[in-house]
Amino acid sequence: MPLRYLLQRVGAFFLIVWAAATINFAVPRLSSVDPVREQMMQSVAIGGSSAQSMDEVIKSYEKRFGLDQPLWKQYARYIWDMARFDFGVSITRFPTRVSAMIFDALPWTLVLVTVSTLIAFVLGSLFGALLAWPRAPKFIHVLAPPLLTFSAIPYYLLGLTLIYLFAFTWRFFPLGGGYDIGSSPGWSLDFIGQAVRHSILPALSIVLASMGFWALGMRAMMVTVQGEDYVTLAEAKGLKSRRIFLRYALRNAILPQTTALALALGHVASGAVLVEVVFGYPGVGSLLYSSIRTFDYTVIYGLTFLVIVAIGVATLILDLLLPKLDPRITYHRR
Amino acid sequence: MVATAEAQPATGWFLRAPRALRAYPMLAVGLVLLLAVALMSVIGPLFVEKERVNVGYAIPDQRPSREYLLGTDTVGRQMLAIIIYGTPLTLKIGLISGAIGLSVGMIFGLVSGYYGGFWDHLLRGAADAFLTVPGLLVLVVIATTFHGGISVTTQALVVSALAWMYPTRTIRSQVLSIRERSYVQLARFSGMNGFEIIVREIIPNLLPYLAASFVGAVSAGILASIGLEALGLGPQNEPTLGMTIYWSMYYTSILRNLWWWWAPPIVVIVVIFTGLFLISAGLDQVANPRLRNRT
Repeated sequence: MPLRYLLQRVGAFFLIVWAAATINFAVPRLSSVDPVREQMMQSVAIGGSSAQSMDEVIKSYEKRFGLDQPLWKQYARYIWDMARFDFGVSITRFPTRVSAMIFDALPWTLVLVTVSTLIAFVLGSLFGALLAWPRAPKFIHVLAPPLLTFSAIPYYLLGLTLIYLFAFTWRFFPLGGGYDIGSSPGWSLDFIGQAVRHSILPALSIVLASMGFWALGMRAMMVTVQGEDYVTLAEAKGLKSRRIFLRYALRNAILPQTTALALALGHVASGAVLVEVVFGYPGVGSLLYSSIRTFDYTVIYGLTFLVIVAIGVATLILDLLLPKLDPRITYHRR
Repeated sequence: MVATAEAQPATGWFLRAPRALRAYPMLAVGLVLLLAVALMSVIGPLFVEKERVNVGYAIPDQRPSREYLLGTDTVGRQMLAIIIYGTPLTLKIGLISGAIGLSVGMIFGLVSGYYGGFWDHLLRGAADAFLTVPGLLVLVVIATTFHGGISVTTQALVVSALAWMYPTRTIRSQVLSIRERSYVQLARFSGMNGFEIIVREIIPNLLPYLAASFVGAVSAGILASIGLEALGLGPQNEPTLGMTIYWSMYYTSILRNLWWWWAPPIVVIVVIFTGLFLISAGLDQVANPRLRNRT
């Protein structure tokens, strides 16, 4: 892999991470009040946490940001903290460290989003490929309208509907949460079973709502691929239809789809955050929601930064893998 | 002049609208869906007074009945009124952020595609980078910092912060191909400067793409705004569709079987998104004649 391509991709990754950290630094300073400080003062006033511990928070906050120091020093310090994933302490749950809270929630989200995105991608692409294939079974075309309609619904609204139907009305699945009330997370078989049962509906809402998107892209690619000479040649050779579909058409059409996957990750993450909120699923989405409701800014900023970094890493990996998958991709500028 | 003669087919579609609509059923159905939603917001207020969206105006938690056509919510607002007065607010957010996204995207795309070089690197790089970022989270940071008393217009401005990337990309790639066509070359040889060429030769040929980009940006803006609102980060006192969903979740309407609270906004949202999707797919067919024969 040429060095230039590698440097470009890695450079883009660091640019995003830097931009995310800078936005977190700049936005609060653009508003007329310092929201973090304001919120801490308010917490003291309400007496939610003891005044003494709040004093400590404010002290650690002011020391951390060195508010008496010039702006560039504050900025340098902030970036340095971000680079080490040091987001300080939670305002509402002092003295819990923000990073600890996020790393508790992150595995839930990673598993849910990765598994459901892969399923949606594979099923959606296969479905789209069959839609464009003349010899595909008839029922494929019956499935198309509902799936395309689902893709017009935001994930979490489909989730709401699924909760009403499958959890509230028919009681097939739990209404929400990540595991049964009263049990605590661990690696026991029982607990994993609970976790799976609780994640089926959230995963289903992501899968159903995003399959149509992949299907549409794949269908368009298949139409193009079918006109290619090598497919005509394969037909002329008398190869079995199934073999032409899988080995000749599908294989060539799926590659641009993976590029689309790299671009869509951020969108999927945004959607998954809201799905978690709707289901009360114990991942970063619910953590974000609860910190928004209590205006726990250190958590909001830390979490936003970390998710952007995570998506950046995933995109970078895909970007570096793609040229390996598809020899047609050139490393140079398009 | 050759240039204008070639430019005509693209713009002509908009003048021959009625016939064009029959040729593009997706576009037609999409427009009908959106017009229906818009019509509801125009005609509805003639029959339903605005006061009915106020808290405590009606008996709470009523099922749909003759008196309350879509029922009432837990704080005594009438759902029918909420839908009638809330839908245009959501559409307004979409239109404002779509317009801003398109304008910024158009300037970036034209500069990036036509002039190339440093600006192309910078603008395309920025658009690509921001596309991969989970936009909702960036908007959450902005919205929480300025929390309290957000108006519908502010909400639209917040959302439009991330509405320019897709238009930039689409327009840039189209400009790249148009730039090399013979009529643009001819214009260049006949002494037009870059700005004139962009305004007189390139933009007329971009119209279908501009329209499609606008629809895409509106749709993205609405999606982002109802997403923020569902997290509680919207105009608290306005009955936008997203805020309605937020309050219905806040008061656990599903567990209390108040389906008439959460279902109507979802239905309207689905109709809006389906309409926008069909319009953009239809515009795609207009822009790429090669797609026309494939349904």
